Amino acid sequence: MLSHPLRCLVLLSCSALFVCAQEKPLAITGAQIIPIAGEPIARGVLLVQRGKILAVGPAASVVIPAGAEVLDATGKVLMPGLVDSHSHIGSGSGGDGSSPIQPDARVLDSFDARDASLRKARAGGITTANVMPGSGHLISGQTLYLKLREARVIDDLLIKLPDGSPAGGLKMANGTNSIKSAPFPGTRAKSAALVREQYLKAQEYREKIKRAAGDAEKLPPRDLALEELVEVLDGQRIVQHHSHRADDLLTVLRISKEFGYKVVLHHVSEGWKVADEIAAAHVACSVIMIDSPGGKLEARELDWRTPAFLEKAGVLVGFHTDDPITDSRRFLRSAAFAVRAGMTRQGALEAMTIANAKILGLESRLGSLEPGKDADFILLSGDPLSVYSHVEQTWVEGRKVFDLSRAEDHLYAVGGPGAGSPQRAHLCCFTSAWDLIAAANGDN
Amino acid sequence: MKTTFSFLAVVALVVGPLALRAENFAITGGTVYSMAGAPLKNGVILIRDGKIEAIGPAASITIPAGYRTLTATVVTPGLIDAHTTVGLSGILNQPNDQDQLERSASFQPELRALDAYNAKDPLVAWVRSFGVTTVNTGHSPGALSSGQTMIVKTYGRTADEDVINPAAMTAVALGRNGLTAAEVVPGAGTPSAKAPGTRAKAVAMLRAEFIKAQEYARKREAKDETKRPARDLKSETLLRAFSGEQPLLVNAHRQQDILSALRVAKEFGVKIILDGCADAPLVLNEIKASGFSVILHPTMARSSEDAENLSVETAAKLRAAGIPFALQSGYESYVPKIRVVLFEAAIAAANGLGFDAALASVTLEAAKLLGIAARTGSLAIGKDADLALYDGDPFEYTTHCIGAVVGGQIFADGPR
Repeated sequence: MLSHPLRCLVLLSCSALFVCAQEKPLAITGAQIIPIAGEPIARGVLLVQRGKILAVGPAASVVIPAGAEVLDATGKVLMPGLVDSHSHIGSGSGGDGSSPIQPDARVLDSFDARDASLRKARAGGITTANVMPGSGHLISGQTLYLKLREARVIDDLLIKLPDGSPAGGLKMANGTNSIKSAPFPGTRAKSAALVREQYLKAQEYREKIKRAAGDAEKLPPRDLALEELVEVLDGQRIVQHHSHRADDLLTVLRISKEFGYKVVLHHVSEGWKVADEIAAAHVACSVIMIDSPGGKLEARELDWRTPAFLEKAGVLVGFHTDDPITDSRRFLRSAAFAVRAGMTRQGALEAMTIANAKILGLESRLGSLEPGKDADFILLSGDPLSVYSHVEQTWVEGRKVFDLSRAEDHLYAVGGPGAGSPQRAHLCCFTSAWDLIAAANGDN
Repeated sequence: MKTTFSFLAVVALVVGPLALRAENFAITGGTVYSMAGAPLKNGVILIRDGKIEAIGPAASITIPAGYRTLTATVVTPGLIDAHTTVGLSGILNQPNDQDQLERSASFQPELRALDAYNAKDPLVAWVRSFGVTTVNTGHSPGALSSGQTMIVKTYGRTADEDVINPAAMTAVALGRNGLTAAEVVPGAGTPSAKAPGTRAKAVAMLRAEFIKAQEYARKREAKDETKRPARDLKSETLLRAFSGEQPLLVNAHRQQDILSALRVAKEFGVKIILDGCADAPLVLNEIKASGFSVILHPTMARSSEDAENLSVETAAKLRAAGIPFALQSGYESYVPKIRVVLFEAAIAAANGLGFDAALASVTLEAAKLLGIAARTGSLAIGKDADLALYDGDPFEYTTHCIGAVVGGQIFADGPR
């Protein structure tokens, strides 16, 4: 056995090599590339470096630099990493039972970066996920938009906004999930009234801040809940809104219009009934595909044709797993079932990638294979909409985070003893390595 | 799920109104998986009075005058779901349509699915719309014994009209699924005990019930009629497991629970069928040696608690070990409220089991396991006209089921 300091040194050098590999361009060749932005390329080349896409195109048009690493993916299908616009991986939480409105609760403060569900999501080809609190509140808290990089702690997964804060949305819900005994609302009308009351408060709070014009004496006391709602009112945070029944969907449109905030409808079981109204409101939908209708009254008329109807009406359509409601490892099945029920193939593949990126406001950096975007991609054994195809590799920002041929990854992909356990602490040693690098850079 | 607008996809099948009366007709299929021999290219099946009248290559069969013809790319036997709770756990998931678990006591084998099955529940039509024509349905796991399953066709008429075996198996659950089911139900009185609270207690209780049934059988044979005990529905139900006529369907996921089931079965000489079996890959030899069959958990079931070890490759491992098995849709408490056994077979097919064995696990193998292979599960002359029609590989996500035939009745709930 190596002594501890020596082991760190060895790992540091490995790590340094790895960093070097990242510095060198990587060309993935031979695969059929579905860039989403543009037509599929029969035998394309994807060139990446430092976590970003340098070039994508037919073999003849992409010059592979000398010294680049080449990964031969002949016979495979390569497409952007999947974006899941609504997931509960990582055992996070939001508000508790004390109040129906808790915008101050953050998934950030409850997330387990080693949870097995992250491994399974990578096995399903998911590279970006919007991790949400539950739907048992009118406002259950702040969501997190995560990159499924190899992670030791939550910070390793965050997508940072220019001001350094983690990117995320605000989770809201209406309908029966948030209707319960006091202090929660007992009816739909009361639910709406409570939400409107809260946004009126937020408007007043914002007005007070504005009037104070930076004068600390005049500023209202900080209010964590209202601060988040002001972000929503200012368009800095998208409301990700659970809603099933047609009338509930319309209520979401009505209230978001009243206060002028950006909202995305989630689940949308009865979306087929009000597709035109949703389209007229220019609101996007993240649809869940469930194996059968029912299970709750609001999903009784869930219809697989909803994505097709929304697409036809001109609505931006994405999909989500709602993991563990559906399994992250079978996420592509959602797109395939939508096609089965009339959606276009192109629309369904976009829904898994660029449409979901737009739903999260991240389309400038991910969701399609284009130069300058993050090198998030997956390699499949065949057509993405076939049951017989398997996700073989998942890459996030130029790093491979899942490889079906590795025994451990295979276990999380198919199940078996140990697949429910948190991911092993083999990343422990990176801590030492990164700490050393950080120390060398004087970051401490 | 029926809606007023028409479906967008192109439909190859000429279909009549929902649930026609049985008629005589022909089905032509680009590929017909009869499960009784090699697949037929350009096969023809004649259906008369609800039975299969003839089957063979198009060249060898003349379609009689007056028979209308349905056409499908792929034809299979009607699918069989070897274990479900459909018809008992209704679509609404409200207290008034959830009859899958009685919580007033932990051991109630006398409860019959027959007395609870709602043939009109929309989820019965839902699974039929994917080609499922026969189900073994009953009470869910959640009690040491929750009741008896029934085998029923998915016509959607009434339990009495559609049933083909009113008392197929007696559901028993070991492990967490069988513990502490007894709760105080308002108006139902207080249960006598909260047992079983542990695995060992559950097995002790089960053994005691078997001994009680044996005693009951002995006393019922008493020459002096006045000394015979009053009829006891629990014991009578258990006794049918001794004869093998009505096996126990023992839900067991953890390997120790699987072994407990085998141990008790051996002790009392009862026939069991293992249900769930997430840990089966850990005890393949023991299961194989027992000679018992397995109704494996849904391939896509969530891995949690006792079933945290489940794998989409287990079906392939059972097959490699030579253990007879069938697939099931199981029980779901939330969404999806029902799984579709076709989809569960599809995932198994794509994860090592392969197309043929996966199809067999929801047709002929399931029929054998349920003891109904003489009348359904394959396409052969004289068998029930139970068929499923698809516009492509049935397991592919984007294929549609364009019709189901149940006992010669055509259902076009889809295409779906």
